[in-house]
Amino acid sequence: MSLTSAHSVVAPSANSKRIAGAIIIAYALISIVPLLWIFATSFKTPPDSIAYPPKILFQPSIEGYCNLFTTRTRQTPEYINSLGPATGFCDETVRKRNMVIAGPSNFLPRFVNSLIIAFGSTFCAVFLGTLSAYGFSRFKVPLADDLLFFILSTRFMPPIAVAIPIYLMYRELGLSDTALGMILLYTAVNVSLAVWLLKGFIDEIPREYEEAAMIDGYTRLQAFWRTVLPQATTGIAATAIFCLIFAWNEYAFAALLTSGTAQTAPPFIPTIIGEGGQDWPAVAAGTTIFLVPILVFTILLRKQLLRGITFGAVRK
Amino acid sequence: MLNRTAENVARATPEPLARKVRGISDKGLAWLFISPTILLLLAINIFPLFWAIYLSFTNYRANRPNEMVKNLGFANYQRILGDQDIWIAMQTTAHFVFWTILLQTLIGFTLAWLIDRKFRGHAFWTTLILVPMMLSPAVVGNFWRFLYEPQIGLFAYAISFVSGIPPANIQMLSNVSLAPWSIIIVDTWMWTPYVMLICLAGLRSIPEYIYEAAEVDRASNWRQFWSITLPMALPFIMLAVLFRGIENFKMFDMVNLLTGGGPGSTTEVASITLKRQAFESWRTGYSSAFAIILFVAVFGLANIYVKALNKVKQR
Repeated sequence: MSLTSAHSVVAPSANSKRIAGAIIIAYALISIVPLLWIFATSFKTPPDSIAYPPKILFQPSIEGYCNLFTTRTRQTPEYINSLGPATGFCDETVRKRNMVIAGPSNFLPRFVNSLIIAFGSTFCAVFLGTLSAYGFSRFKVPLADDLLFFILSTRFMPPIAVAIPIYLMYRELGLSDTALGMILLYTAVNVSLAVWLLKGFIDEIPREYEEAAMIDGYTRLQAFWRTVLPQATTGIAATAIFCLIFAWNEYAFAALLTSGTAQTAPPFIPTIIGEGGQDWPAVAAGTTIFLVPILVFTILLRKQLLRGITFGAVRK
Repeated sequence: MLNRTAENVARATPEPLARKVRGISDKGLAWLFISPTILLLLAINIFPLFWAIYLSFTNYRANRPNEMVKNLGFANYQRILGDQDIWIAMQTTAHFVFWTILLQTLIGFTLAWLIDRKFRGHAFWTTLILVPMMLSPAVVGNFWRFLYEPQIGLFAYAISFVSGIPPANIQMLSNVSLAPWSIIIVDTWMWTPYVMLICLAGLRSIPEYIYEAAEVDRASNWRQFWSITLPMALPFIMLAVLFRGIENFKMFDMVNLLTGGGPGSTTEVASITLKRQAFESWRTGYSSAFAIILFVAVFGLANIYVKALNKVKQR
């Protein structure tokens, strides 16, 4: 960093770049190890998963995935021999452990619940959020700042504190353990994020577009529909992904307000039990399937991430 | 050609009267757009909040809905403020919040400062670092329980590999003095990227000409860091601390699955106590009062902090 440098005087030297790069790469690799370990565990057999020392090299197996999707019962070898030939890989693997597949497990329905509730609440939150954000962005709303603060303040409440009265209210209304109840609740939580984020995005669209459209004879509603919405697509998509991730990951409400038919995957995955304790390969398999969509979304979102996590307070 | 365009424009332009009849007034539209959100929040957030305030003055128990509800006045609040267990939970929470924020800010800022060197491939590695914070805290807590297992877990194995302590002795989750650190480690692993990302935005917001001027004045690198980099990034660091502080004050999911508040109550943060009181002991009135106190505390702290943040910004 000398004054005689031909390039920018403040550019970091090649050496400092190299050291910085090495440290960052080391941190990234170490911080990703737990995830790689879960991924690896999902392909281990139950004995391999609890071996000491922990096995880094192992014979991959999809037994964890078989156990995740099925329930099994222990049988005598005679009974198993009396059965016909195994119908598939899972069947065969399970029989080697003196068990037979009794039926499908609850994982798939819980996973489907997660999908329904996450997508349903995201749609509602983004729909309501877009309308409100446009309202706050373009019109003089009395007490606008107070209303916006009110919308955000609902996020300050600890989820358990909210869950106590919601639990009672849903019990009265018959919404306990229903997808509809969870969709309503997640919509209410996400709408604050949606309004704040989308207001930022809509603020960035020049008003001139709508004004031009309205001079051309569009009503305000048509102008909103035909000029603002198409311009806000990126913002709406980013907001939707943030809402989706929240609803997908949420645990506190799901654990307290659902128990059966509407239970989502996060409270279900920790309850996967094998014989003699937690069936770690099955848990790891469930975790892997559950996390993959999030990895995809993180990559899609990386440019909007900062905005999303700070409620639009920091923009690049 | 030009004629046709003009004709089209003319045809597409309705008369002013028609526009008034078809369109809704701006004011009407504003309320039409905003009110559904407000109504939803009133129904799902504010109404329950008022219900909780009402319950906090009673002895109501959700598992005995038919029992007579007695009005207790401020008795619940008085009992909470004199309850030893509640104060221990608040201390546990404070310990957790303090250390997670300290570690995340130090590590996060350092990482951001290094990434800001823009070495080759920094974008890819940054995205990789960001992954943990996008995951479900509950699922993360659950699988760290596996990593922390004393014999078979990877964490214990790695630590014993480095330190020489036999892995069976590294009881992260069942040792009373290690358990509070087990949740701090996981939270730091998960949320350091969050602080890093905000700090990075702060560092990138500093205009280059300031450094150029400092360079001309022959300010040392050390001096530049303390007089330019840190003060100018401070509002961003404080914003990150604010968000992490609020989130960790409310912390429930990760801790509930990792330690469940145990061993004993060594990792019982406020939300876990609240859950135990409300959904295991079913002291609904009592726990509602505690919930209100927590809410007021978060709200008050956040307000004070935002004021401080604005002061820093104005400087």
